[in-house]
Amino acid sequence: MSTPTVDRAVAPFDPRDHVAKKPGAVVRGLRWVREHIIGIAAVLALFYLFLPIAIVVIFSFNKPVGRQNVAWNEFSLDAWTNICRDPTICESVGVSLQIAFVATIIATLLGTLISFALVRHRFRGRTATNLLIFLPMATPEVVLGASLLALFLNLGAPLGFGTILIAHVMFCISFVVVTVKARLAGLDPRLEQAAMDLYADERSTFRYVTLPLVLPGIISAGLLAFSLSFDDFIITNFNNGTLVTFPLYVWGAAQRGIPPQVNVIGSLMFFGALAIVVIAQIVGAARRKK
Amino acid sequence: MPAVVPSAATAHGSDEATVRRSRRSTPYLLLAPGLGWLAVFFVVPLFASLATSLQVPLVEGDPDQGYTQGFAVQNYVNAITEYWPQFLKSFLYAGIATLLALCIAYPLAYFIAFHAGKWRNIMLILVVAPFFCSFLIRTYAWKTILADQSPVTQFLNALHLLPDDRILNTPLAVITGIAYNFLPFMTLPLYAALERIDFRLIEAGGDLYGSAWTTFRKVTFPLSLPGVVAGTLLTFIPAVGDFINAQLLGSVKDKMIGNVIDSQFRIVRDYPMASALSFLLMAATLTIVFLYIRRAGTDDLV
Repeated sequence: MSTPTVDRAVAPFDPRDHVAKKPGAVVRGLRWVREHIIGIAAVLALFYLFLPIAIVVIFSFNKPVGRQNVAWNEFSLDAWTNICRDPTICESVGVSLQIAFVATIIATLLGTLISFALVRHRFRGRTATNLLIFLPMATPEVVLGASLLALFLNLGAPLGFGTILIAHVMFCISFVVVTVKARLAGLDPRLEQAAMDLYADERSTFRYVTLPLVLPGIISAGLLAFSLSFDDFIITNFNNGTLVTFPLYVWGAAQRGIPPQVNVIGSLMFFGALAIVVIAQIVGAARRKK
Repeated sequence: MPAVVPSAATAHGSDEATVRRSRRSTPYLLLAPGLGWLAVFFVVPLFASLATSLQVPLVEGDPDQGYTQGFAVQNYVNAITEYWPQFLKSFLYAGIATLLALCIAYPLAYFIAFHAGKWRNIMLILVVAPFFCSFLIRTYAWKTILADQSPVTQFLNALHLLPDDRILNTPLAVITGIAYNFLPFMTLPLYAALERIDFRLIEAGGDLYGSAWTTFRKVTFPLSLPGVVAGTLLTFIPAVGDFINAQLLGSVKDKMIGNVIDSQFRIVRDYPMASALSFLLMAATLTIVFLYIRRAGTDDLV
């Protein structure tokens, strides 16, 4: 703003000066876009992320004409008030919840033990252990499911709850190890040394110092394992026998048309998980303030 | 606490040898149950699968009679000659989808790391939240969004951007679906890497007369490379083996190798062929992963 005063005195009709002082709407718009390009891209990415979710929620209020719930017809609360009209939906959700619950407990326990060994101990075979943890994550799910099925077929094992559970624990362990390991590695070892210096024995150091500090990592690992198990389709589809989990129900229902109740359950899962995460954030923030 | 001191001292003194011996076995005791599970239900199945892939039919030309153990390397030759186009397509689709996810996730992660301020945690939750709604349900929603009569398709058609006048049942739909479904696996590692960058380094790039683009190319992007490597791997690996997007959003021509393995195993019931295919897929994926890690120079991924 300092030069124009001088310039204007010399050349009052310089058109460039005019543009600089009063840019047109288009130029101003383009400049705004240029300055906020990252923000715009981020908002577009969020839009992309939420577009399908919006469709799922909206169509849970639809009253479909035929069996296919793909074209909007009429607003209805029917699906929300009659979630279990087709009892197989709710049975399948129950099966998925049971499997996810048990698989989460086993995988979180086994994975946490491995993380402690990896972070807190020196031992021979560390590289091999790391490789064994990494490989299941680097193996496509079809391969995991198909190989397990090959084993179960060779053994003549009956497919069902047990085989699904075995498969889910297997692919969840690595994710638990990675999550808990990250938390454990970020822990200041001096905190535990301080406890020992204050004459706490190993057990009470672990009970009152280590465990509370690692717990957030263990909880997020458990939540991750739960959602991986609940949502798994590919591996489960190989090892389920005749037992139907929720993703398998959705897959099967697709042939004859997905009822809006499936959208209701999808919406409930979305809002439920959102509520849990938001509450955890608020509680965490409140605790940090204290 | 004087009472504790002597007892602690004696415990340390008398049992030192036993403590040290138990110390040495502790890591193995911690590892045993988890690694045992992985050994029995991950490693053994891989060998079972390897054995199956070499089996031969009991009665030549009639697979319904069952299979017997053999050493039919021919199964692998058949698998490659018959299904190499699907292999190629899988790696192509997964590769393009990974690049697409990178292009979408990078600005998002960058914004959250540097510009979101107190909205940071909320935006991270928003990135993950859609993925609590089941994978299959989300993919079906894409089927609705990309359908021939949908506003999205009609809009793009009006701009004459679609070569086939449609999105659903084309490779484009499969790639869009894959990129969407694995987006958080890309965004979160990118965010973690960007967040760790000292923002003063980026400012220094500007102070030294680097343009925004040069600063990004020479400073920001190289520093975020660990996140790029982790994110692309976490997206690419599940994408290669995925068959749900191809099944729901693609046409018969867009079948990926996952579709072939699935149908060989569960519908055709040609177990040797299915096992040979899944072994080839695993070998190819691992080769690419290890080459990529070595090329990128980050071994600390594991």
